Amino acid sequence: MKAGSNLEKVLRAGHFAFTGELGPPRGTSAHEVREKASHLKGYVDAVNITDNQTSVVRMSSWAASLILIQEGLEPNYQMVCRDRNRLAMQSDILGAYAHGIRNMLCLSGDHQQFGDHPTAKGVFDLDSMQLIEMVKRMRDEGKFMSGEAIVDPPELFIGAAANPFAEPLRWRVHRLAKKVEAGANFIQTQCIYNLEKFREWVKQANDMGLTEKAYILAGVTPMKSVGMARYMQSKVPGMDVPDSIIKRLQGAEKGKVAAEGIKIACEQIEEFKEMKGIAGVHLMAIEWEHRVPEIAESAKVLPRPLMN
Amino acid sequence: MIVAKRKPFEEIMSLIQDHQKVLTVGCGTCVAVCLAGGEKEVDVLNAELDMARRLKDNPIELGAKTVERQCDREYLAELDDLAKDYDAMLSMACGVGIQFLAERFPNIPVYPAVDTCGLAVNQAVGWYEERCRSCSSCVLGVTAGICPVTMCAKGLYNGPCGGTNQGSCEINTEQPCAWYMIYERLERQGRLDCILKITPAVDWRNQVPRTLIQPGYKKPEKVENK
Repeated sequence: MKAGSNLEKVLRAGHFAFTGELGPPRGTSAHEVREKASHLKGYVDAVNITDNQTSVVRMSSWAASLILIQEGLEPNYQMVCRDRNRLAMQSDILGAYAHGIRNMLCLSGDHQQFGDHPTAKGVFDLDSMQLIEMVKRMRDEGKFMSGEAIVDPPELFIGAAANPFAEPLRWRVHRLAKKVEAGANFIQTQCIYNLEKFREWVKQANDMGLTEKAYILAGVTPMKSVGMARYMQSKVPGMDVPDSIIKRLQGAEKGKVAAEGIKIACEQIEEFKEMKGIAGVHLMAIEWEHRVPEIAESAKVLPRPLMN
Repeated sequence: MIVAKRKPFEEIMSLIQDHQKVLTVGCGTCVAVCLAGGEKEVDVLNAELDMARRLKDNPIELGAKTVERQCDREYLAELDDLAKDYDAMLSMACGVGIQFLAERFPNIPVYPAVDTCGLAVNQAVGWYEERCRSCSSCVLGVTAGICPVTMCAKGLYNGPCGGTNQGSCEINTEQPCAWYMIYERLERQGRLDCILKITPAVDWRNQVPRTLIQPGYKKPEKVENK
């Protein structure tokens, strides 16, 4: 056991993990965080708290994570390389751990040009790979990046992201291998819509022994509408939405497109449960937290295991 | 070479609004080649300034002189006598040249007339593309001659990120993904092993002003200054 988080216990016990996501507000409302969290409690093993996602300023990820802990949920604290240098990252990690955060997802972060402060200086002192290495060293060697000893090192369950769909496709499994070698204990993937490509990537990861070394959680985002599917297909870099998904949503009866989106997601989850090398699902129900209980129910991932 | 572009005219007007005698100093090397601050650009700028100030009933006396390189003391010496006749200077050199000019004439203000944009290649006449951020720790040997610091929008050393969009960068489809290009070229050369290893965190060496002394040379005990 690396950190003893609920997520780690669920995965190590061999349960099929189910994680959710919560985007902090663009303001100071702890109430809003609590309200979103209330829909997730009891339905997921951990909740990713995004870090200024899409480069838009929001309540800090660690602060929203603390509210989640107060509510009795387990956060998966996300940190991007865009907004802080190695000093700020390490001090935030110490503080986050001191307050009970036990899972951390290490990301490069979207480019600042996408967000609400496009003229900001992007930091990128480290990249995601180097961030993973740093957190691992802090935990396993009890050392800061500088090599100085840490008094009471943070014991975190280290996560990373993987996108099996972005070019160059042949390189993607090697990049996964680098993240695992850097120290990732679990991986959450980009939203999956192209199952054919995903199966191929997982097969490569199995063949390379990577799924033995890290837990892979398949990323799922239910489509709410045809417009959302079209947007994700054409406007979101690195996203692969096949036309068949759009056609299927278009074929749904009026007023039932969202239900069809959830149905597609649940069918995918069924396949992931059986897929060798897949240890769970990460559900990114963007601004749809209140639908998570229904999705979890339909996906037959309830009840969530209670770990001690 | 170092490339630059002329500042917006209104900004230059505003910088020198309180001066009546200004010497515009061009630079005959990089900024002349990139059509920003050579002899010709000095003449054009002066003509525009002269006209604009007359229209404002605030005429200005402008001088023009282009030296070979503003980053070299021996060429700046040519300005010593001329400078006495002016109450300010407008430099059309890169940021390096502007500062060296300001250092040589500390008693009068020296203003920039250009914005320095980087170290770039000449793709065609008037078209320049940045290629180097002078980081002082070159990794081109393992990245197939493509700089990830300059060409990757996030400056990643272990790319590509998940935003690669069919070979282009997530910020703009016109911008090729540096790491896609690195991958393609290394694969062509059979050298993908170069990037299979994790590149560790960078020892950033461009955080303080750097000094370069080539082997066989030494720093003079006292720099002659005016």
